[in-house]
Amino acid sequence: MTSTSDKLTVRVWRGAADGEFRAYDVPRLPSQTVLDVVTHIQRAIDPNLSYRFACRVGMCGSCAMSVNGVARWTCRTHVDKVVDGNGELELGPLRNLPVIKDLVCDMRSFFDKWASARGYFHPTRNRTDDLERISPTSRARKRADAGVECIGCGVCYSSCDVVSWRPDYLGPAALNRAWTLINDVRDGGRAERIAAVAGDSGCHACHTHISCTERCPKGISPTASIAGLKRATALAALKGEL
Amino acid sequence: MNKAWRSRNHPAYWAFIVHRLSGLLLVLFLPFHFWALGRALHGAAAMDGFLRWTDQPLVKFAELGLVVLLGAHFTGGVRLLMLEFLDWREWQKALLAVATVVTVAIGIVFLVHVA
Repeated sequence: MTSTSDKLTVRVWRGAADGEFRAYDVPRLPSQTVLDVVTHIQRAIDPNLSYRFACRVGMCGSCAMSVNGVARWTCRTHVDKVVDGNGELELGPLRNLPVIKDLVCDMRSFFDKWASARGYFHPTRNRTDDLERISPTSRARKRADAGVECIGCGVCYSSCDVVSWRPDYLGPAALNRAWTLINDVRDGGRAERIAAVAGDSGCHACHTHISCTERCPKGISPTASIAGLKRATALAALKGEL
Repeated sequence: MNKAWRSRNHPAYWAFIVHRLSGLLLVLFLPFHFWALGRALHGAAAMDGFLRWTDQPLVKFAELGLVVLLGAHFTGGVRLLMLEFLDWREWQKALLAVATVVTVAIGIVFLVHVA
């Protein structure tokens, strides 16, 4: 443990959109994660605190919060890495999503946009057909691989200023999903997906701030995927397909 | 205190701010630029008089700012085009460094040329 204090002062958002930060003293422990801190507050201090988590190992994407102003997955974020010099932590709900209560956001708009971006697989074969053979070294496979590990935590969406500026923007996660499917040779929904992401609220609204890439806990670059979509939609427009 | 600004504190976001601000300042300069060119319509004497005015040290210093703004906006724009139209590599921070170095180099070349 690298800390000098044995106590954390944790300010936690309480209430919905019109709530306030409330301070709690939490014992500081070795290898303590931010999720450990929230769990301590709920179990030992204030059972009324609402937050989400499930797997605790960085797989489910449900525990994302704003930690000292930066969106993070809290189960894999060590307190030592993010605590302020004076032993302070500020925990709030994700930005760009309606707050239900405390640290819990309404994720509906986030996932609805995955559907709007046609972020679902469109099969072209049935169970009697042979399996598609895809070379792991093919360009399309590599591009799909680069974005396919998204866990849907909403960190990129919460970090994106374009989502704040224009709430209809599909956002980095949905567009990243669309790009992985465009590179899936088994998928048959390419034309309608290209049309879905080419509009005013689609990939061309991105200002390339690269905040999504900077903050993605899985090391994915939605900016790269959005750049791919910009090229694909431009090409489709030149070919008269849009 | 609201700490949401910390989320934006990374090089690419600063590059966005520099690109946006340099663009806005250059837009503000454009009317003056056209006015200066318009002096030529009033004859050679008016234009020469204006050009002599621009030889003052303070005006030259302001020109340096203008050249750096142009350099920053140009290299920032090329960076964005490369990010979006070339195949993505893990090079976006290197591009940013190159854009910064080229901008500073443009400023230095202008300074040397003036001095």
